[in-house]
Amino acid sequence: MPKYLILKHYRGVPAGTVNDVPMDQWTPEEVDAHMQFMDEFGKRLEADGEYVDAQALSPEGAFVRANDEGTGPVTDGPFAETKDLIAGWYVVDVDGWDRAVELAGELSLAPGAGGRPIHEWLEVRPFYGAPTATGD
Amino acid sequence: MPDPFDEAVLRPLVPAVIGVLVRRGADFATAEDAVQDALVEAVRSWPADPPRDPKGWLVTVAWRRHLDGVRSRAARQRREEAVDAEPGPGPTESADDTLRVFFLCAHPALTPASAVALTLRAVGGLTTRQVAEAYLVPEATMAQRISRAKRTVSGGSFDEPGDLATVRRVLYLVFNEGYSGDVDLAAEAIRLTRELRSLAADPETDGLLALMLLHHARRPARLRTDGTLVPLAEQDRTGWDLALVAEGVEILQAALARNQRGEYQLQAAIAALHADARSADETDWVQVVQWYDELLALTGSPVVRLNRAVAVGEADGARAGLAALAEVDPGLPRHRAVAAYLHDKDGDLPTAARLYAEAAALATSTAERTHLTRQAARLNSSLSIE
Repeated sequence: MPKYLILKHYRGVPAGTVNDVPMDQWTPEEVDAHMQFMDEFGKRLEADGEYVDAQALSPEGAFVRANDEGTGPVTDGPFAETKDLIAGWYVVDVDGWDRAVELAGELSLAPGAGGRPIHEWLEVRPFYGAPTATGD
Repeated sequence: MPDPFDEAVLRPLVPAVIGVLVRRGADFATAEDAVQDALVEAVRSWPADPPRDPKGWLVTVAWRRHLDGVRSRAARQRREEAVDAEPGPGPTESADDTLRVFFLCAHPALTPASAVALTLRAVGGLTTRQVAEAYLVPEATMAQRISRAKRTVSGGSFDEPGDLATVRRVLYLVFNEGYSGDVDLAAEAIRLTRELRSLAADPETDGLLALMLLHHARRPARLRTDGTLVPLAEQDRTGWDLALVAEGVEILQAALARNQRGEYQLQAAIAALHADARSADETDWVQVVQWYDELLALTGSPVVRLNRAVAVGEADGARAGLAALAEVDPGLPRHRAVAAYLHDKDGDLPTAARLYAEAAALATSTAERTHLTRQAARLNSSLSIE
């Protein structure tokens, strides 16, 4: 079965679209409902036998590259803004592309302010697989 | 009679058996491998044929495995004459040998991550798979980490004096990792600290055990079922394990009476004051601040200074807490969260809401991030109503 990465981004909700109120402006109960939705989504993936991995990334961090020889690495950061930073991911092992898109669609319906879905964008990317035994 | 096949009966024998093998002349790394092989054999054969003396059985089988290993290596090197030794008569058990296994596994030459992994395997008797699951890394990665750690310490002499303080630090790290996978690391750390305490009396080891028991007592009330964090002040104290609290307090009092104070005893004293309060409001914050003063004088730790500012805020009011916070390095993790809490307590809700949101972005766990976001949400929704 092919594996897919479902990426969440900070500011994953396009500004000005359906429900882009930042989380700290929700009510505590709305925060709880959102967390519960995410928790249940993860548990359902496990129960379905489609779960591989899920991780959340802190917005902290920096870009790093090698500098001229002997002077150590160069960093650029911390990031000035969190737009489009990766916030975390699910890795799923599913029947195919359609199922991965379906799952990302479900995740996008996580409740936000007013209990309405946030309709956030999720990025779905296929992993390269190993060469198949019959593929040569 | 306990079932000897039970892992809980088997695992505590591991460091003593390794200790016997090393005392008989096996090097630490091969002794540890031989004992793991013997454990596998025990799990296979004991249910049908339980030994009368489980430890003697493990020593015999592990020693045979060790000799097999030495012989096959010797054969490979065409030195068949090398080994024909059966162990000479001598004690099969020595508390000092077991203690030295603790010391080797917490050797200062090891990184903390390696010392923790090696301790859980060679002292705790866990399998590599269990250690890997507990730390959420692939089993092959953990196997490499453990075998590198064994190579690092194998050169050392078994007679080197060890350092109880380094062992305590490793056990504290294991405890703090908490709970993931099928191994309860906090419970394991408590078991190993009890073992250490029975091998070498030291008030700081008592202090560490008391600290662990007092924190472990709160665990049932600390997390909601969805994994979110319940802060100390909001915990349902009827959910605390009072037997653990009582044991922790008793051990701590006996340790403090010996008047050789150290950081674990002082931290445990603070935990005991929280445990002693039937509600958050009844906490003796003045005494908590006094213990923090002593802890700060002893350690000079910036984290202690930060925690002290919270306690000052409770004892003398939010303004005093903010004044104490002004002397703390703002770069510390949780500095922003403490500032938010103190401004919240002081009634400056817009500032507190902003700081909670900033603190959420700096949180080091998702449980903490959710808690801080929820605090910001609580203040923002009360502000928008006004």
